[in-house]
Amino acid sequence: MIFKLAWRNIWRNRRRTFITAASILFAVMFASVMESLQRGAWNNMINNVVNFYYGYAQVHQRDYWEDKSLDLAMPLTDSLQALAANTEVVEAIVPRLESFGLASTGDQTFGVMVVGIDPEREQAFTGLADRLYEGAYLKPGDDGALLASGVADRLNLGVGDTVLLISQGYHGVNAAGKYPVRGLIDFPSPELDKQLLYLSLPTAQYFYGATGMVTTAALQIRNADALPRLKRTLSAELDTTYYAWHDWTEMMPELLEAKALDSAGNVIVYLLLYLIIAFGIFGTILMMTQERQYEFGILTSIGMRRGRLGSVIWLETVMLGIIGAVAGILVSIPIVYYLKRNPIQFSGAYATMLEQYGFEPIFPAQFDWNIFGTQALLVFIVTALLGLYPLWRISRLKPVEAMRA
Amino acid sequence: MAVITTRGITKTYNPDTIPVHALNGVDLDIEKGEFTAIVGPSGSGKTTLLNIIGGLDRPSEGKVIVGGQPIEELSENKLIDFRKDHIGFVFQAYNLIPVLTALENVEFVMLLQKRPAAERRERAMELLRAVGLEDKVNKRPSELSGGQQQRVAVARALAPKPTFILADEPTANLDSTSTAQLLDIMAELNHRESVTFLFSTHDQRVIDRARRIVTLVDGRIDEDVQQSQPATS
Repeated sequence: MIFKLAWRNIWRNRRRTFITAASILFAVMFASVMESLQRGAWNNMINNVVNFYYGYAQVHQRDYWEDKSLDLAMPLTDSLQALAANTEVVEAIVPRLESFGLASTGDQTFGVMVVGIDPEREQAFTGLADRLYEGAYLKPGDDGALLASGVADRLNLGVGDTVLLISQGYHGVNAAGKYPVRGLIDFPSPELDKQLLYLSLPTAQYFYGATGMVTTAALQIRNADALPRLKRTLSAELDTTYYAWHDWTEMMPELLEAKALDSAGNVIVYLLLYLIIAFGIFGTILMMTQERQYEFGILTSIGMRRGRLGSVIWLETVMLGIIGAVAGILVSIPIVYYLKRNPIQFSGAYATMLEQYGFEPIFPAQFDWNIFGTQALLVFIVTALLGLYPLWRISRLKPVEAMRA
Repeated sequence: MAVITTRGITKTYNPDTIPVHALNGVDLDIEKGEFTAIVGPSGSGKTTLLNIIGGLDRPSEGKVIVGGQPIEELSENKLIDFRKDHIGFVFQAYNLIPVLTALENVEFVMLLQKRPAAERRERAMELLRAVGLEDKVNKRPSELSGGQQQRVAVARALAPKPTFILADEPTANLDSTSTAQLLDIMAELNHRESVTFLFSTHDQRVIDRARRIVTLVDGRIDEDVQQSQPATS
C-alpha cells in the first residue's frame, strides 16, 4: 500500500506532477542532445584527423615508436599482411616506410620526410590522389616522386623536374637517388605541406637499402567503434615479442588532450544546466512539502513513523524522477537520431577551411544509448537527492504544529 | 485501574516571551469503557489536554500515564508506535487520506501495525459495516459526505483495537442527522468493543450523550460530573 499511496499521491496534483516531470524531461533532453552533438562532433573530427594520415592504429617493430629510427624497421611479412584477410575488423593494411632525408636541386637543399607508400592502398586509406593539383599520381612501383607544394616551392621544382635525395639508409648505408617529380600535392596543414615527399614503396625501400622492410603498417578499420575489437584482435593475433601496436590516442595524444579540455569546459555548461534544472525541481518539492505539512502531521499522529512517511514522500519524488527521465529518453531518441541522419551543416569560412583539409563540413550527432542512459541517470540522481529535503523536514516535524499549518 | 491518568499537567506556550497558560495542573483519571466529554469555552484547554493525552504534544509539567505507561518517557518513534497501537484519533476535519478508498483508509493503521492482509480486510469490512458504510467501501473521501467521512474516521480509529479513542470536536462540521448517526455509532462501538471514548466538544447533543462530563475553565477542571441517565437517540 505504501507504493500505491505514493503512486496515487503523485497524481493528486496533476499539474504539479506534469510541471516536475516536464522539467526533468527537458533536463534529460537538453543534456542528451548536447552531449550527443559534442561527442558526435569530436568523433567526426577524430575520424577525419585519424584518417588524414595515421589511422586508428598502427603496427610497428616493438621499439620503433620510441626512436622512430629506420634501423627499427620491420619486414612486411605475409603474416602481417594476412591480418586484413584473416580478421574481420581489419579492412586493409597500409604499409609505409618513413624516414628523413635531404632533398636537393641546384644549390637548394631542404629537409624532408620521405614516405614510401603503396599508392593504391594509400589512396583508398587517405585519399592522397585527391590532393594532387598538378601532374599525375604515383603508379605501383613508380620510380618518381610526389612533392607537397611547400617542398616544391622551397626547391623551386615543378612536374617533370628532378629531385635529388640524400640520407642515411638502413643500418648506416648511404642513401642517394634522383627522382623525377610526377606530381604536386597540396596539404592544408602547413606543417605537412613543407615536409612531405612521397615515393612508391619499392623505390623508397631501394633508396634506403631496406628491401622488403617497412616502418609502419597502418590499419584501416571501419570506424572508431571497431577499435576495441581491433585491440582484442591484435592482442590475440600479433607476436608481441617482435611487434607493437599503437592506437590513435598514443600516436596523437594532443588530440586526446584537446578533446579532454573541451569536455572539461563543457562540464561547467552541464553543471549550470543541472543547477538550473535542480532549482526548478527543488522549487516544486519545496512547494509540495509546505503544502502537505498538515497531512504529514495527521499521518504521524495516527501512527506512521517519520522514516516510513519520509520513504513514501521520497518514493513519490523517485517515481517522478523515473517518469521524467524515461520521458526525456523517449523524446531525445528521435531528436538525436534525426541530427545523426541530418547533420548540422557548417557554412562560411569555417566550412571552407574544413573542406580544404578534406573534411566534410558537418556536425553530426552521435547516437549512443549510453548518453541517454547516463544523462537520465544523472538527472534522476539530482532529483532523488533533492527528494531528501522533505525527509529532513519530516524528521523535524511536530504533529501539533504541523496540524496548525 | 485507570486507562488514562494525568497528574499536575500544565502547559505554557511562549514561556520566555508572553507566557500563555493553556493548562494549570489537570488531574484526571479515565476508566476503561468510559464515554466522557471534555467541555468548556473556547481557549479553556480542551484540545491542548487531548493533544497531551494523545502524545501529540508534551506537557510543560506533570505526568500522563496511559495503560500504566508514562508516555513522557517514550522516545519520538516509540511514542508514534504507542499512538498507533493504543490510541485512535477522530479529528474535527475528518483527515482521511484523500487518495485511499474508505476501505484502504480503515486498513491503513493496521497496515502500519503489520497485520496480515486477510485480517486487515476482514476487520475493515466489519467496521465499515458497523458504521453503515458497507456500500461505500471503494469510495474515496471526496466522494463521501462529511458525515460519511467522519464515520470512516471512526472506523479507522477503531481498526487497530486501541485502548481509547480521542475525538476532538468530532461533530463540529456535521449536520443534526449526521451527528445523531455518528453518536449512535460511537455509543454502540463503546458498548460493543468496550473502547474508551474521550472527546472534546461544544456540542450540546454530544454532551447530552456523554456518561461523564469534565468541564475545563482556564486550564483547570472546574467540574467533573457523572450523568446518571445520558440521552439516547
